[in-house]
Amino acid sequence: MLDASSHPFDRLPNTPGVGYKPQHFSDLLENPGSVGWLEIHAENYMGDGGRPIAQLRHLSERFAMSVHGVGLSIGGEGRLDPDHLARLKNLVGWLKPASFSEHLAWSTHDTEFLNDLLPLPYTDETLTRVADHIDEVQEVVGRRMLLENPSSYLAFDESTYEETDFLREIAKRTGCGLLLDVNNVFVSATNLGTDTISYIDAFPMDLVGEIHLAGHDEDHDDHGRPLLIDSHGREVAEPVWALYDYVIKAAGPRPSLIEWDNDVPDWPILEAEAARAARILETVG
Amino acid sequence: MSNMKTNLAVAGAVAAALTATMTAPAHAQAKEKCYGVSLAGKNDCAAGPGTTCAGTSTVDYQGNAWTLVDAGTCAEIELPNMADGTPRQGSLEELDRDLPA
Amino acid sequence: MIVDQTTFRAALLSPEAERPIGLSDGEGQPAGRRFDVYRNNVAVSLTEALETAFPVIRKLVGETNFKLLAGAFLRQHPPSSPLMMFYGAEMPRFLAAFEPTKSLGYLPDVARLELAIRESYHAADAAPIEPTALQTTPPDKLMASTLSLAPALRLVRSPWPVFALWQFNMAGGPKPEANAEDVLVVRTEYDPEPVLLPPGGGAFIETLLSGAALSEAISAASRDAQDFDLSHLLTILIGRNAITAIGESP
Repeated sequence: MLDASSHPFDRLPNTPGVGYKPQHFSDLLENPGSVGWLEIHAENYMGDGGRPIAQLRHLSERFAMSVHGVGLSIGGEGRLDPDHLARLKNLVGWLKPASFSEHLAWSTHDTEFLNDLLPLPYTDETLTRVADHIDEVQEVVGRRMLLENPSSYLAFDESTYEETDFLREIAKRTGCGLLLDVNNVFVSATNLGTDTISYIDAFPMDLVGEIHLAGHDEDHDDHGRPLLIDSHGREVAEPVWALYDYVIKAAGPRPSLIEWDNDVPDWPILEAEAARAARILETVG
Repeated sequence: MSNMKTNLAVAGAVAAALTATMTAPAHAQAKEKCYGVSLAGKNDCAAGPGTTCAGTSTVDYQGNAWTLVDAGTCAEIELPNMADGTPRQGSLEELDRDLPA
Repeated sequence: MIVDQTTFRAALLSPEAERPIGLSDGEGQPAGRRFDVYRNNVAVSLTEALETAFPVIRKLVGETNFKLLAGAFLRQHPPSSPLMMFYGAEMPRFLAAFEPTKSLGYLPDVARLELAIRESYHAADAAPIEPTALQTTPPDKLMASTLSLAPALRLVRSPWPVFALWQFNMAGGPKPEANAEDVLVVRTEYDPEPVLLPPGGGAFIETLLSGAALSEAISAASRDAQDFDLSHLLTILIGRNAITAIGESP
């Protein structure tokens, strides 16, 4: 086994990556195209063995890997689940991914896991709680993490921080980096009637270690206003590509992930999305 | 403890089993074993399809909306209820009398 | 108005409950059905996890009925762990008590088999013994030994034809007939495979799994079935890489 010091993938390359789906295993090995790294959802690889782990071992020899947690409930009111933290530490320990990230969200309440990324208000109280949890995660897992901006469908009356200020302050207190999901920025701004460019301009771009791109669905609220759903079930929308272009021109090239989790397409369609991201990345070299 | 006769029987059974398994095909190479059917991992960070269905359905999920039209394959299966010894059939038609009036 | 997570969660799984006050659309109007996005996400994602976990139950009761069943299950038994791959452990007990399914006596055992297959898929890898080790161990010593079985092995014993029900729905097998069946789930490499055990096989494996010696497993199997065939059982275990160690009896 490689140890951390000799690991060839200490960081994610500034190329496109894709969310790994097992149906693409052989395509990735034979025809990766512009895809330079892979992201997995941590919780799907917390079994004891078998094919999922074997595939991961195999792929990690070829691609830089990113572990993206979806179940830690960093925004939860309760304490972090020590068993789950231990599982994360174990996974990150043997896989030695180039990046580890989680969400600004909660999903566990008491002992119930609700399997969704639920929203939290942005207040002094929640800021302290999230920062404490990130301190604990970084301490236990033994490395810096990236925190991802959520997709919002509603706002909390009690919030006293802008999301960008909230994220910046968490990063300042904990030393964590940030994962900028450009689709989430577009979805949230559309849903809450705010401006995407102002959001990007206010985002602490120097802390961004990774970018996410994904497709969304369109629905409507009670008043017929657009309500975008972060469904990850189709191509990245044109205005999201335009926003991504703006981000890359402002911040320089960053590792950029295509997320496609529902109605997962055949490999050529997913690879074409990655190739489009590659072309935008190349414009800033 | 085992006696001579059972020892012989065990030795014979082991020999027969080894003969039977020697004809089994050689195992695939490590990489090929990694291909094959994967059971889907169901943790992800995507949202469901819109606001319209499962979470807000007014359909009574306590069972009153159970339908015999979309019966599934259990409609084709008739098994006497061995588990509790009653003469009831383990078939869906019997559901009628189990549903509250 | 402060919306704590207890309030948020209470409205999340109850479609009939009022949405929490203190949530807006960002422009001063109440959030309204925007809250339902979260209600929907939770219900849909958990339903999909159950559909993935229980394909045979789904075929048996039908897709529409399964969604209904899942809606009731996920509210009665929300996950207690973030690992969706193991969600649904309470399904056998639930099916036995759920009004529309409780007369289908075989459903809980089919669900147990499906859980066993899923556990097997994610279980630890383990190297099998060199089969000839069984031959090089002297018979009297072998009889007094324990056999360790692979972590991916699962035993499901049932008064119902659970193997036939599985085959009928997943592999085009014939219509199940009324037999009690013991099923062994084994993982030769990475694919769990249900194998119908011959008479006495269930008692044999159960005794081995308890850590008792081979001689005791043979006795238990022979009590259960006079025609117990040891070589058949060993063929199944050796051929599926299921024996991982020969050990000293305690």
